[in-house]
Amino acid sequence: MATTTQAPPRVIRRPAAAPTGIWSWLTTVDHKRIGYLYGGSSFILFLLGGLDALMIRLQLGKPVNELVNPSTYNGLVTMHATTMIFMALMPMTVAFFNFIVPLQIGARDVAFPRLNAFSFWTFLIGAVVMNSSWLLRAAPNAGWYGYSPLTSKVYSPELNTDFWIVGLQILGVATLAGALNFFVTIINMRAPGMSLMRMPMFCWTTLITTVLMLLAFPVFTIALTQLLFDRHFGTTFFDTTRGADPLLWQHVFWVFGHPEVYILILPAFGVVSEILPVFSRKPLFGYAAMVLATAGIAFLAFGVWAHHMFVTGIGPVGNTFFALSTMLIAVPTGVKIFNWIGTIYGGSVNLRPPALFAIGFVAMFIIGGLSGVMHGSPPVDTQHNDSYFVVAHIHYVLFGGTMLGLFAAIHYWWPKFSGTMLNDKLAYATFWLMMLGFNVTFFPMHFLGVAGMPRRMSVYPTGTGWDFWNIVATGGAFLLAASVWLFIMNAIYSLRRGEPAGNDPWDGATLEWAIASPPPVYNFAKVPTITARDAFWVEKRANEAAEKLGLPVRTPVAVSPDPVIQKVHMPNTSFWPLVAGVGVSMIFSGFLTPFFLGFVPTITVLGIIVLIISVYGWSYEPAG
Amino acid sequence: MATAISGHGQVLEPAHDDGAGHGDDHGHEEHHASMGVNTIKLLMWTFIASECLLFGTLIAAFLAYFNHGIGPHPHEVYDIPYTSVSAFVLLLSSLTMVLALAAAQSNDQRQLRIWLVATALLGMVFIGGQFFEFTTFKTHEHVWIDTNQFGSTFFLLTGFHGAHVTLGVVWLLSLWMYSLRRGIPPSKSMFVEVAGLYWHFVDVVWIVIFTVVYLAPTALQH
Repeated sequence: MATTTQAPPRVIRRPAAAPTGIWSWLTTVDHKRIGYLYGGSSFILFLLGGLDALMIRLQLGKPVNELVNPSTYNGLVTMHATTMIFMALMPMTVAFFNFIVPLQIGARDVAFPRLNAFSFWTFLIGAVVMNSSWLLRAAPNAGWYGYSPLTSKVYSPELNTDFWIVGLQILGVATLAGALNFFVTIINMRAPGMSLMRMPMFCWTTLITTVLMLLAFPVFTIALTQLLFDRHFGTTFFDTTRGADPLLWQHVFWVFGHPEVYILILPAFGVVSEILPVFSRKPLFGYAAMVLATAGIAFLAFGVWAHHMFVTGIGPVGNTFFALSTMLIAVPTGVKIFNWIGTIYGGSVNLRPPALFAIGFVAMFIIGGLSGVMHGSPPVDTQHNDSYFVVAHIHYVLFGGTMLGLFAAIHYWWPKFSGTMLNDKLAYATFWLMMLGFNVTFFPMHFLGVAGMPRRMSVYPTGTGWDFWNIVATGGAFLLAASVWLFIMNAIYSLRRGEPAGNDPWDGATLEWAIASPPPVYNFAKVPTITARDAFWVEKRANEAAEKLGLPVRTPVAVSPDPVIQKVHMPNTSFWPLVAGVGVSMIFSGFLTPFFLGFVPTITVLGIIVLIISVYGWSYEPAG
Repeated sequence: MATAISGHGQVLEPAHDDGAGHGDDHGHEEHHASMGVNTIKLLMWTFIASECLLFGTLIAAFLAYFNHGIGPHPHEVYDIPYTSVSAFVLLLSSLTMVLALAAAQSNDQRQLRIWLVATALLGMVFIGGQFFEFTTFKTHEHVWIDTNQFGSTFFLLTGFHGAHVTLGVVWLLSLWMYSLRRGIPPSKSMFVEVAGLYWHFVDVVWIVIFTVVYLAPTALQH
């Protein structure tokens, strides 16, 4: 670990308990440790979701394949999407919120450290509950958007859909708690002088993503609750045989579902907006326009949901409105893309691995964005709907977009997490293999879609003309898997014998590069005062200029040689967040077991008791 | 490079912790707040914003469904005068909540306890009224959660609101017990204020529910 440079004076002590051992991880409230936990767990879940994908591709490798039966295939498709969206991509972006945002705004921690730990444990338990369905042969199998009536007791009599509801409810609680925390953190915990319009772009996209989470997830929570009541208490929200409106679920789901895709992509936009300036040696082009474009996308995100429902016959007025609002979203998105190009243009571009991933992101996202605009047109969408063309589109925006953005983030911030550099050669190999594998997998799906291959089809007959592109896509999927494997090798190599990174390997513009890698538990020994955007760049350049002119270099440490150094007041560790997470998970998991006397969900009642105890324990715990 | 940002010197602000420290004296400090709003209060406001969408979705489902399919329908079961009284009781509790906060801020522990208990009692009266209303609907009007779309949306929405009131009552009684044991000094009146924010929000939601769910469908039938 390269903490050699600028080690803090020894008098600064952390009052908390021993910094190692499993107990310290179970009770940690340190945003950086929670970032590691989020990052590690979400990466493992990303591999699990990838495994689902490889199984799907193997099954579709040839016509009339009998590798997996249709029922398992439905589980694979549903769990691939659910895992990737809710348990891999979102928590991986949350890992970066955790690790990076407090550092970038010059804070010691998030606003509510224990709530932060609660979010993580709740997420982890939710992911475990959801995936345990495989062991009971009851994996959710009604598709990731669970259209009614597929989720009703009639068509899903076993636990499959219950696992889906329960898992998503637990994950939803984690998401809401995390979003509340990061919204308040960014609004209220900024260092002096860090005005909103001086914040790094990643903090802006995080802020706006949390707003989307806070406003979109409750809608889904209610929809899932209604479904849960339909399945367990005989309500009639979605039961069409008893007079329910067949479209209610679709409307409510997509009112959540479309903002959800921006929840997935906006953090990646932020990452790329951090990386491109650093590697182009230029400030971000059009910062204010970028902020407004992000806010504009988030605003419009709530007015486009019915473009997922053009074929349900919502009528010409609805179709027109939602077609126009959908195409309108291309405007702020286009602003972003031109700003990224403007940032690179005329810069002295240094194509280190993070920059390559970021540029790869821009290129692939443009393809996904363009097919997205195509879907905004109702007649075109009617042709594409439920075909592999849509599958190609979603993977260009979520893998080519979010996932490449996250790989850019991993390569960019890895030195800050670990204190060691990733190997550049391996990283280049990862990048090119990933680009190749990704395009070979997903580009042919455009052709398959246009040729009429429906999505979610487990077996296709011979003579359809789909055989060739399917085997190509299957081959591509394995190239993609190999690129992920290369990255894992690189990570292990870096942790074992990577070069020490030092504080600032990329000559970064933002505050996280001003402190040691990995950062000390209190982050900033002295809370910084911010005078400009790209604060760390401005300070470095000012000091270099001062040195050149023989002027005194600004060193406030020397200016205030106060011998009385107070201890840094850090919050104590706590096990109540974990207990509360268990309580919340039990409340929902009660619907997976038979009810006591037919109407008392025993585990739910026990979970409420556990939650009450933990809330009191939490409230009365000394702050330390 | 020694810089202003990375410099190590006097350590100033304590890291913040989340509203803990009922239990000890140095736990509750005024925290650095970039926006000038107390961090815990901001958390409650943000939470309330999110809650609006929870209730909004339930109300939207009600509006889509209240006259849908088989009966009974709202105007056949509602007892508007009865619900008006319980709505008045709940609104009255907002007044007592304000008085409780005022007492906490002026360090009048006796008044604080009186108004906290009064608010909780009014909340309990409301919950009792709702229990009676639900029972009447089920036994006399023959509409329950599994009867039809109206029943499903009505009982889930008002039950969800009732759960919020119940949680608020537990919260208020917890504050009351805390003030009995140790007292809530003005420096900690924030905890009463945040509970009050939640309580007022739950009341305001009831105004919306009473108007949209009770009065509007009834008025539409006349």
